[in-house]
Amino acid sequence: MKILVPVKQIGVVDEDFELRGDGKDVDPDFLNFEANEWDDYSYEAALQIMEAADGVEVVPVTVGPDDAEDVLRRCLAKGGERGIRVWDDALEDASPAAIVQVLAKVVEKEQPDMVFTGTLSSDRSYAQTGVGLAAALGWPHAAVITGIEWKPGDPKATLLRELEGGLVEQLSVNCPVVLTIQLGINTPRYASLRGVKQAKEKPVEDLSLADLGLSGDDLAAAGGSFRVRRMYKPETGQAELIEGTPAEQAARLVEIINELKGAA
Amino acid sequence: MGEILVVAEHRQGQLNPATLETIAAAVNLKGGSDRKIAVAVLAENPDDFVGQVGKAGVDEIVKVPVGVASFQSDTYEAAVLALAEARKPSVIMLPHTVDTWGYAPAVAVRGGFGCATDVFEAKYDGDELVAVRAAYAEKLHMEVDFPGKDTVVLTVRTNVFKPSEDDASPSVSDFAAPPAEARTTHMKFIEPEQTGDVDITQAEYMLSIGRGVGEEDNVEEFKELADTLGFTLGCSRPIADNGWLPKSRQVGQSGKTVAKCKVYVALGISGSVQHMAGMKHVPNIIAVNKDAEASIFTIARYGIVGDMFEIAEELREQM
Ligand SMILES: Cc1cc2nc3c(=O)[nH]c(=O)nc-3n(C[C@H](O)[C@H](O)[C@H](O)COP(=O)(O)OP(=O)(O)OC[C@H]3O[C@@H](n4cnc5c(N)ncnc54)[C@H](O)[C@@H]3O)c2cc1C
Ligand SMILES: Nc1ncnc2c1ncn2[C@@H]1O[C@H](COP(=O)(O)O)[C@@H](O)[C@H]1O
Repeated sequence: MKILVPVKQIGVVDEDFELRGDGKDVDPDFLNFEANEWDDYSYEAALQIMEAADGVEVVPVTVGPDDAEDVLRRCLAKGGERGIRVWDDALEDASPAAIVQVLAKVVEKEQPDMVFTGTLSSDRSYAQTGVGLAAALGWPHAAVITGIEWKPGDPKATLLRELEGGLVEQLSVNCPVVLTIQLGINTPRYASLRGVKQAKEKPVEDLSLADLGLSGDDLAAAGGSFRVRRMYKPETGQAELIEGTPAEQAARLVEIINELKGAA
Repeated sequence: MGEILVVAEHRQGQLNPATLETIAAAVNLKGGSDRKIAVAVLAENPDDFVGQVGKAGVDEIVKVPVGVASFQSDTYEAAVLALAEARKPSVIMLPHTVDTWGYAPAVAVRGGFGCATDVFEAKYDGDELVAVRAAYAEKLHMEVDFPGKDTVVLTVRTNVFKPSEDDASPSVSDFAAPPAEARTTHMKFIEPEQTGDVDITQAEYMLSIGRGVGEEDNVEEFKELADTLGFTLGCSRPIADNGWLPKSRQVGQSGKTVAKCKVYVALGISGSVQHMAGMKHVPNIIAVNKDAEASIFTIARYGIVGDMFEIAEELREQM
């Protein structure tokens, strides 16, 4: 019994940043690389299932360059015995369609019983990968999940799906399934120091596209979800900036609030 | 020239108003061209919604009876794929909502279509479809195109396109969706708990705190500050997820829309789309954030680039 958890390394832009030479992304020198917040929740959800039953294996997988190994070690520091990292230079600037193809091959190879992705990655906010992966596999899927009732062997899981405005749907789903996990489903644990140390020794399997029977040409032939033409800084809003020392700023704020309250 | 096919959305018998925004986005994309706009209504009884989607610019309404009363991903996926196969639309437009998160990417993968989510601008550059969406916490915009794709799925950001007030009389047709094996089953809807807490949707003056508050122990001083100012305390999602404030105080897509709010003070909130969905309409937004590039400043009327604790302390002293 195995749960595969795709996790992503995301880029967070520095306060002052420059675009890459081709204008299609931020210059990586101005990005801080972190783990995607959503993946903390999906990994925790998998660990909780692992701990509640015998014989469950949780495997984090990432598609990313060398330093993306960090996000795997971060997971392994909390639990799990091994991770998988897939990379090929052809995956630079990959759109969700390509990531989906790669992850589908990993699923074929690993034969997990469940796949938990995050709902969203906070750098690009695509919200495409999990449900796209399910479609590529022909698996059932459910998105934006805030509750999972399931134990190994159950043919169905009972889920909570978070809708707009605080409404929640309860649904049941056939397994195996791909779920996209939403923030707040659990309280992700912190890794212990011991865990961090142990994680350094745990094996991470590095796979190339060829190892998965794919090539950059395959990915290109299938076409991406889209092609980036350019990135640009949007026009800044018309916010009137209140300058000065904190005391002056607060004084002006009080003035504005009183004005607005008086006028209302 | 393939049509623009809009897929309507509804829940619990109500049309999602984002459907009308998506129709407006389609009309905008069509521009002066002679592309047709069709609206597909997937429902147990499509007639329930036909009268509501016949907005100016819509050429045809396609009724697709699907035999399920509420959203079911396999059923919707199969119906939209069959529509795409039969009608060869150049663009399929859906609102960017939780339901479409649950099937639009699957439609794109299965159809081999192009796909861009959370799009707030779409246009033709010659024959080339170009869409614009945000990246890096709204700090950048990315313009994308779809080389080699005859059909493209776009999910359209809500609260961007203004629905038309004008009705039209489009033709109405029927489409038989193929049967699909439903692998998820709707059990029930669970309404948000009535907590007896204040109803933030009715508040006129709000002070909301975000992750910038740092830790639970710091929440109390902002509670007091809100009281002193006569404001209602609200929050962004992480604060509610952490249990530092009740869920009933959460502003945004999965929380509440502060419909009556006149002044909204946002402290340590970055301005994610999902948060803005609940407060972007407020006429007087005052943002305090230590990051001058935070996207909350793009919708604020007044901004302070600074530390929320320092400002709060000064406010307390001066009140
Ligand atoms: C389906 C879905 C639904 C969602 N629904 C909602 C919703 O209803 N409501 C919601 O809010 N979110 C919602 N989210 C989450 C949303 O995507 C963001 O993760 C969330 O809004 C971020 O909250 P934040 O702005 O408080 O935190 P962050 O984005 O982490 O921002 C914190 C900000 O505080 C600033 N800051 C830090 N310290 C200080 C300081 N000392 N002084 C001043 N500024 C400081 C930082 O510069 C930063 O801009 C939803 C997400 C999804 C996928
Ligand atoms: N490069 C990647 N490697 C592994 N998982 C990924 C990758 N990109 C996206 N994912 C998964 O898909 C989820 C949603 O990402 P996205 O569709 O990009 O918003 C993430 O939370 C991950 O679980």
